[in-house]
Amino acid sequence: MGSLLQVFFDALSLGSLYALGALGIALIFGVMRLVNFAHGDVIAFSVFALLWPSVDAVAIIFAGNLPWFLLIPFVLAIGAGLSVLSEVFVFRRFRRANPATMMIASFALGFVIRYFLLMLFSSRPKSISLLPELSQPIEILGARIPLLQLITILVTLTVLFGLTAFLRRTRFGLEMRAAAENFTMARMLGVRANRVIMGAFALSGALAAAIALILGSQTGTANIMMGASVMLMAFIATVIGGMGSLAGAVLAGFLLGAVATVMQVILPPDARAFRDAFVYGAVILVLIFRPQGLLSARGTKERV
Amino acid sequence: MSLLALSNVSVRYGRLTAVRGVSFTLAEGEILFITGPNGAGKSSLLRAIAGVTPPAGGRIDLTGHDITGHAPEDIARLGLSMVPEGREVFASLSIEENLMVGTGMHASTRGWKARAATELEAVYATFPILKDRRHSQAGLLSGGQQQMLVIGRALMTNPRLVAIDEPSLGLAPNITDQVYERLIALRSERKLTLLIVEQSSTRAMLVGGRMMLMRGGEIVLDGDARTLGQSEAMQAAYFGYGDH
Repeated sequence: MGSLLQVFFDALSLGSLYALGALGIALIFGVMRLVNFAHGDVIAFSVFALLWPSVDAVAIIFAGNLPWFLLIPFVLAIGAGLSVLSEVFVFRRFRRANPATMMIASFALGFVIRYFLLMLFSSRPKSISLLPELSQPIEILGARIPLLQLITILVTLTVLFGLTAFLRRTRFGLEMRAAAENFTMARMLGVRANRVIMGAFALSGALAAAIALILGSQTGTANIMMGASVMLMAFIATVIGGMGSLAGAVLAGFLLGAVATVMQVILPPDARAFRDAFVYGAVILVLIFRPQGLLSARGTKERV
Repeated sequence: MSLLALSNVSVRYGRLTAVRGVSFTLAEGEILFITGPNGAGKSSLLRAIAGVTPPAGGRIDLTGHDITGHAPEDIARLGLSMVPEGREVFASLSIEENLMVGTGMHASTRGWKARAATELEAVYATFPILKDRRHSQAGLLSGGQQQMLVIGRALMTNPRLVAIDEPSLGLAPNITDQVYERLIALRSERKLTLLIVEQSSTRAMLVGGRMMLMRGGEIVLDGDARTLGQSEAMQAAYFGYGDH
């Protein structure tokens, strides 16, 4: 019972990370058909923003010593800020470009951010202790669950409910959903294109920063590549969720987390090193049977 | 002062010229039909006016402001409401949400819903079917209902000029009759100026007003819809008999 519960929480917290990442990618894809591969590097940047530049193995903490109620908004603002800047200075020039061009631009931007971090911090992973009070485990029904895992899940659920309420209840949310479905039509109804796109980038960047906080506290290290694996899984989640469908992205994120965790348990020990291959195999299976994704963005077809 | 004035407007897609040197003015309260065969440049002209495809040359004025090359959202703020070809409902949004999208631009965030509520009631009074189904997804509506929805949506922005691209496209004739009936009633209720694109001149002759015929990106005829519709010049120009 205890170990089953542990697997459940593992799956949920890993799925949370993927869901947050997928949401960040789907938000931007929705409004401008851009697959933002720089998203993972925004995650890494948000962690490194807490440190002074140095090439040592032990990080020199700069803002990381702030109390949590200042630290969290600070990191979220860094992520949102970097993301908005990337829109203003890079992606705005590609507004009318085709999706492949925009995607390549996002790769380029990702490299610029990554090598900027490399220059300041070197590629050596640094140990940091971010929010150390969260690493102690608590006991639930015989299972020892790290407090951080519970917080990860709670934070993700809060973000999901908050975002849903924002999209459903506010004017800006309505404008964003309309723009995600038909950008030109929304503009003809007076929806300001730049505001909606910048809003999407800000939200997406804040989500990246939330992942950064969770990853940083979980692993206790800062690594310039730390966003890459989450980014990859998150991207896959947006694809199997149905590109641009926010609900699909979240669902697929949790699904991927569950599949990965369960594989870790049921695969024979020798095969565990190849867990990701099995996960990607499952992804291929899903796409063979539902090439449009689990929930396609325009789920309802027009009746004539 | 004219509400809308075009002078020498041309629209190009790459090497293809869709509209060449079109000029006309539209007075407040007028109803203008632009007719013409497929590929005459009618939709391109509307897209240029709405700011979706910036004109390659010429100048467009709306309510006395030069809007040439301006963004669609800015042109909408000056009072143009566009109902594009193919209706373009937000399929995943509910009917009420579709109607609400365009109401944001004139209101502050606080007074938004209250202000829109009055407009919403007015649109529901015109199109009761929309009220009955206001919480269902717009993508599930029939073609005729979607047409009413997009006309209602266009009215929600409190426009001075409504431009509609082929309101009868894909609709049964009796549904088209209903749509036009509402449009004409709305026009006198709200003192709207209407710019309607249709392929055939039949509807224009029924409704009356002014009619222009476009062919090959140019305006070839301009006059009273009923007189023009019956003239042989119209037939000849539409099918291009007079070219040789």
